[in-house]
Amino acid sequence: MEWETVIGLEVHAQLSTNSKIFSGSSIAYGAEPNTQANLVDLGMPGVLPVLNKKAVEMAIRLGLAIDAQIAPKSIFARKNYFYPDLPKGYQISQYELPVVANGHLDIELEDGGAKRIGITRAHLEEDAGKSLHEDFHGKTGIDLNRAGTPLLEIVSEPDMRSAKEAVAYLKKLHVLVRYLGVCDGNMQEGSFRCDANVSVRRPGQPFGTRAEIKNLNSFKFIERAINYEVGRQIDLLESGGKVVQETRLYDPDRDETRSMRGKEDANDYRYFPDPDLLPVAITAEDIAAVRATLPELPHVRMQRFMDAFGLSHYDAELLTQNREVAGYFEAVASGCNDAKLAANWVIGEVSKALADNGLEIAASPVSSDALVELLKRIQDNTLSNKIARDVFAAMWDGEGSADEVIGRKGLKQITDTSAIEAVIDEIIANNPKQVEEYRSGKDKLFGFFVGQAMKASKGKANPAALNDILKKKLEG
Amino acid sequence: MSQADSIHTLSLKGIRDGVQSGAFSVMEATDAYLDRIERFNPELNAYITVTRESARAQAVAVDNRIRKGELSGPLAGVPYSLKDLFCSEGVLTTCASNMLRNFVSPYDAHVAEKLKAAGGVLLGKNNMDEFAMGSSNETSAFGNVRNPWDTSKVPGGSSGGGAASIAARLAPMTLGTDTGGSIRQPASFCNITGIKPTYGRISRFGMIAFASSLDQCGPMAPSAEDCAITLNVIAGLDSRDSTSVDLPVPDYTASLNGSIEGLKIGLPKEFFAEGLAPQVGDVIDRAIKEFQAKGAIIKEVSLPNSHLAVPVYYVVAPAECSSNLSRFDGVRFGHRCADPKDLTDLYERSRWEGFGAEVKRRIMIGTYALSAGYYDAYYLKAQQVRRLIKQDFETAFAEVDVIMGPSCPTTAFGLGAKKDDPIAMYLEDLYTIPVSLAGLPGMTFPIGFAADGLPVGIQLVGNYFEEARMLNIAHQYQSWTDWHTRLPAKFA
Amino acid sequence: MSISAEEVKKVAHLARLAVPDEQLEGYVRNLSNILKLVGQLQAVDTAGVEPMAHPLDMAQRLREDVVTENNHREQYQAVAPEVENGLYLVPKVIE
Ligand SMILES: [Mg+2]
Ligand SMILES: [Zn+2]
Repeated sequence: MEWETVIGLEVHAQLSTNSKIFSGSSIAYGAEPNTQANLVDLGMPGVLPVLNKKAVEMAIRLGLAIDAQIAPKSIFARKNYFYPDLPKGYQISQYELPVVANGHLDIELEDGGAKRIGITRAHLEEDAGKSLHEDFHGKTGIDLNRAGTPLLEIVSEPDMRSAKEAVAYLKKLHVLVRYLGVCDGNMQEGSFRCDANVSVRRPGQPFGTRAEIKNLNSFKFIERAINYEVGRQIDLLESGGKVVQETRLYDPDRDETRSMRGKEDANDYRYFPDPDLLPVAITAEDIAAVRATLPELPHVRMQRFMDAFGLSHYDAELLTQNREVAGYFEAVASGCNDAKLAANWVIGEVSKALADNGLEIAASPVSSDALVELLKRIQDNTLSNKIARDVFAAMWDGEGSADEVIGRKGLKQITDTSAIEAVIDEIIANNPKQVEEYRSGKDKLFGFFVGQAMKASKGKANPAALNDILKKKLEG
Repeated sequence: MSQADSIHTLSLKGIRDGVQSGAFSVMEATDAYLDRIERFNPELNAYITVTRESARAQAVAVDNRIRKGELSGPLAGVPYSLKDLFCSEGVLTTCASNMLRNFVSPYDAHVAEKLKAAGGVLLGKNNMDEFAMGSSNETSAFGNVRNPWDTSKVPGGSSGGGAASIAARLAPMTLGTDTGGSIRQPASFCNITGIKPTYGRISRFGMIAFASSLDQCGPMAPSAEDCAITLNVIAGLDSRDSTSVDLPVPDYTASLNGSIEGLKIGLPKEFFAEGLAPQVGDVIDRAIKEFQAKGAIIKEVSLPNSHLAVPVYYVVAPAECSSNLSRFDGVRFGHRCADPKDLTDLYERSRWEGFGAEVKRRIMIGTYALSAGYYDAYYLKAQQVRRLIKQDFETAFAEVDVIMGPSCPTTAFGLGAKKDDPIAMYLEDLYTIPVSLAGLPGMTFPIGFAADGLPVGIQLVGNYFEEARMLNIAHQYQSWTDWHTRLPAKFA
Repeated sequence: MSISAEEVKKVAHLARLAVPDEQLEGYVRNLSNILKLVGQLQAVDTAGVEPMAHPLDMAQRLREDVVTENNHREQYQAVAPEVENGLYLVPKVIE
């Protein structure tokens, strides 16, 4: 009898604001320790929090993108516990009445089918500081620059049934938050962090006891950690043991999860409404204003690319991973009136060149207009695809527009048949033996003649024209 | 020079006019108070810190600006003191706690900034109950304060040092805070005027928190006019306190002379039931008759849930304080225990050593009331009853303009009399706490002396943001009486 | 309504207060008396009464997303018990 895996995910997305959620300190990454921690962030006696409007707008933005309810009245609460990276001895978070509730995200399964993952809630809260454990003669150092950084905690329903589904959901959410511009998605810097609640059960049975896995900062680790944890729980249960509800830390080096007891010690967070913060009122007008600024969502845009441009699911998905890339593609597609050609070039040459140079599309030396000019030269037979790639390379290196490069290097394709015939007559004259063999039925030699002709025309001969002229002449 | 000997008998207006006209300098006014502090504070212990040097430096600067005509406002050159829970930059700010015994604040509270900018001169920081938790000033880690009217008695609390300072004229004006009566009860015990404005009227930024949904700053001074002048300077919106209210601030001095004829005064029958000492009740009755004689209409009202205010308060305030005081953990500021063996030891010993018994009791009660399994029974229940108490006031204010009654059930009690009986101490505030829970403005002003020779104050409660009307009523009373000008013989 | 010595110990630990055994009994007595006082609330009928978290029936005022602060580390750390290289130091935290 087999086991069913049940997974629910908590994502902490760091919001892309300028200042902290409750103070005017910068949230820029990588500053000197405690140089971006002001009186409020340090929890000095007498200070008070003042909520960042932008953080609320970003929460609404995500809420609308996942078809969630936006609370007209939202409450901030204090989560009380002592830890050195938590200056006030409580975290300002949301408990009852989060800004966002009851949304969902649809993921594609490997078999091509789709599955809807419920999103229970998304609430605003402040991040904690960092404990640095490298030894200060046996002490721990505390850096509070990160304390007060705005987070959106996005909590899913326990709807995922495999590590693959969990990763599919996370990737989808990761694309979405970047698309919406609410989070930069940088997992190395911790801008997009995930905790996984994992349990197993016999199909049809109630949920089993879950373990919460923390510190999952890459899709690869998430998949590994969940699979390890599932295996651990099944072994435990099949050997007659019990799963204990606990927090476990994933160790990428050992590829295992281990219990984090100690930080637990019977936590009782004593949540209560923060008396320093009145209820946040979110009106229909506020919501409409945010809705008006929503971009076309990735899954909608992907479908449109498939329907309107006849792109494959694969190409459409690649081109909608990132809002700027999708925009670049659309500009090129409409400029040259050939979505397939545009898709091939954006996914091919352009993406490759960007990757090789570690650039974002915004920084591409070849603008969408410049690329359109190049593709037009393919369409009017001025260039073969092969030569076009050389021209693109030259454009990338700043040697000018497509036409400038073509002109300067004399790369214009030869379409005038008399010129091509002349080239071919010469080749036939110089290679009587091969002509003999070909005519006696060795037709694979045709490639040889094409090669010679192309070489002779420095690749500029129009391939189609070259082919039929060559055929005629060889038939003799 | 004879002028200087009587500066302490002047009103804020008198001091302001004196320095403007050049009758005496800001330095003379400042020295007059510093000298009285030096003379009388050893006996009263009303100040934790006297900022003699910075006060005299400030006096020089303000004198110059006045001479240059740069400064002429109502508090220009006026000395004042602050309760020691207002953060003042570069000055020791202790909350009367060992936890902050060495805490020199890196910043100024909003109200401290306002008074500085107005040209006031900070004389020092007043003693108080530790973290404002107490009604007798006996929980201070810096020793108790004595009542100038009888030094064997308490001055009340938690703003007891400030009340004693004003009563003995060791300052012409101070700022206190009131969470459940901490301005009104000591003001009443010390024969001075004090007002706790509507919650949100004055920014709490830089005011070290006890119970955030109740704490409110307010002026304490001899007269209602002095309080009005001060309120004009410190009231209003502050972007750093999102609970500070964005409503226009009226000129509180403009309406002081308005008539009180036809004023409808409500007397809550629950405030005149048993629990009120007869000798206090007699003085209150006499004052009410005086208002009646001046044309006020007296009406009985009822606050049926007011007897539940003390229980509600001792759930809500400790719950909030248990969380507010978690930041005192020995990591970034404040007391740290000697060589902690691990993190838990650092927290548990630093906090145990830093806090006094009453603070620890309240932290524990609040922690208990919020903890799993008790939240609904205590915290949530208290919040519901808090609304019932607020609704009682709304009903009453549908019928009357203001509410009057005793500020305290007794006159000042003996030092040590209630020190070891928290419950008896808590019941001291049964008339002031309901007002705090509702967030309404409440004030007290002197109306005479009880049979035991100690001062009695009457409590005046207005509707939300009706401070101007309240100050007008108190000022009218003070225009027919001179109780508020009386000084204790020993400190005349 | 009263509280046991065990509960006081538990609450004291939650609040990070090290109650010495010889003082435990006194806290048990005082806290029990306070609970007796607030116990009166249990008898009140509050069915359908909306809890009042705040005296003001107002919505929260928010701030614009602008950076208004600059570095004051030296000044703020001047009141700290123990700092090194700009970090606050605490006894080793075991992760
Ligand atoms: Mg969580
Ligand atoms: Zn969280």
